[in-house]
Amino acid sequence: MTESHDMIVIKDLYKHFDSIKALNGVNLTVKKGKVIVVIGPSGSGKSTMLRCINHLEVPTSGEVWIDGKHLGKKEKELNAIRAEVGMVFQLFNLFPHLTALENVTVAQKVVRGRSKEEAEEIAMKQLIRVGIPEKADAYPTNLSGGQQQRVAIARSLAMNPKIMLFDEPTSALDPEMIKEVLDVMLDLAKEGMTMVVVTHEMGFARSAADEVLFMDEGLIVEHTTPHDLYNNPKEERTKLFLSQILQH
Amino acid sequence: MDNSLPVSDEKASMQLKDISWWFLGLVLIFVWAIYIFLTKENYQEAFNFIKIGIQITIKTSLIAYVFALMLGLLAGLGRISKNLFFNNLSRLYVELIRGIPMLVLIFFIALVGVPMLVDGINALGVWLTTIGLASIGETLSGFGNKAFTMNGRAIFALSITYGAFLAEIFRAGIQSIGRGQMEAGRSLGMSYGQTMRHIILPQAVRNVLPALGNDFVAMVKDSSLVSVLAVRDITQVSRLYAGSTFRFREAYVTVSIMYLTITVVLSLLVQVMERRLRKHD
Ligand SMILES: Nc1ncnc2c1ncn2[C@@H]1O[C@H](COP(=O)(O)OP(=O)(O)OP(=O)(O)O)[C@@H](O)[C@H]1O
Ligand SMILES: [Mg+2]
Repeated sequence: MTESHDMIVIKDLYKHFDSIKALNGVNLTVKKGKVIVVIGPSGSGKSTMLRCINHLEVPTSGEVWIDGKHLGKKEKELNAIRAEVGMVFQLFNLFPHLTALENVTVAQKVVRGRSKEEAEEIAMKQLIRVGIPEKADAYPTNLSGGQQQRVAIARSLAMNPKIMLFDEPTSALDPEMIKEVLDVMLDLAKEGMTMVVVTHEMGFARSAADEVLFMDEGLIVEHTTPHDLYNNPKEERTKLFLSQILQH
Repeated sequence: MDNSLPVSDEKASMQLKDISWWFLGLVLIFVWAIYIFLTKENYQEAFNFIKIGIQITIKTSLIAYVFALMLGLLAGLGRISKNLFFNNLSRLYVELIRGIPMLVLIFFIALVGVPMLVDGINALGVWLTTIGLASIGETLSGFGNKAFTMNGRAIFALSITYGAFLAEIFRAGIQSIGRGQMEAGRSLGMSYGQTMRHIILPQAVRNVLPALGNDFVAMVKDSSLVSVLAVRDITQVSRLYAGSTFRFREAYVTVSIMYLTITVVLSLLVQVMERRLRKHD
């Protein structure tokens, strides 16, 4: 595998929910090890694009390849591909009936067929990596938002994903917890993980992103480096959007 | 002018209101029952006669409930399934059962459904024999209606009936779990079934445990309907006792106390469970 190997390829992606046109022809190629930040106004299709990448949402039309594998209709193949694509949600979506450790082991055992011991060993390594091994036996309700999100990241990482997708991972967090989650994500980026991150955290985009996408009305309107996008956006819509988020 | 008086008055009336008079009433009924069973010969005789039905009542309820749980889980999953056939079949099942009185259902399933099933099994046996599987075929075609005892049919009928009620409980439980749970499971590569089993159902079942418990209590009571099939549960035995001795009062007081004892104990257990579950939330 070379550096320029394509990890995600999206071609002519459309997603319509009845009359709502969430995606209207998205094309994107993400090279291995790249970090892509996605920004755009509410309802512009950012989440939908992310969810189409692992076919959590089945596209209306268009094609997706993950590491060269085409995503088709067969459930078994889709499950296998999804296991390779980690996803982190805005509201964490931890499993509340399981401890932090069990949250990280369950899919390893069920999907990867790992033994309890092996899964727990890997889970502990991931919990150490995200900085909360001491919370292994805590239930999600007893964890802060930041801790929950870090467990969610560990849960995805334990599957040894090739790609990590983040959908506004810090926007449900209190300000003092945002940094602890972003730090974990920065480490991941440095280690060479291929990442697509929907976030309005400009600091993260500037320090970790290789490319930034601006989406509007289900289309990628601008696709460039963080520096160019934030400093001299070309499109009017991008300028308007940036001026709005910078005010806040 | 003086604030303290009305306040204390209110307190006194609050305390009266706080006493669970209904519970005291229940306790009194039980005390009275124990008294008459210990002192009155007529009641002792009735009790000793009717208690032979307790085993059937409990066995019928328990076995039927276990089958109803399995059927209910299956149909509950069907109700939310994307598979159109499975979904519609489950819906049809639930609607049919809910639209027919339980007494009629019990007659129907036991006296019409089971014979139809036997005919079906026989036909299958004949067909298997003609295609050369004589060994299985002949046992199946030899099946008679007698192979199904009335006790078995009663359990069958109760299971099918309560399966539909429990299906709605399971469905509601599953639907009470946020859709983010399924998405998180699927995004980790787990299949729909695996996510259901390891993520959704454990949470859903926990949420509906009290409802499931209450339906078990209801089923114990409804098991009395199987007396119409001459199954010797406590209702049937008490009818027999009343019919042969004309001691209606003794017979129906005794059987009522028996049901009340079982259901009150079970309901208290459900309440304890409910409180425990709430504490853990
Ligand atoms: N499951 C769904 N059913 C119907 N409409 C949907 C569904 N998911 C998304 N949409 C619609 O698709 C459009 C794009 O939604 P999407 O969630 O992708 O936007 P977004 O850019 O992530 O917005 P936000 O910043 O608010 O998260 C919106 O109009 C939304 O209402
Ligand atoms: Mg979104």
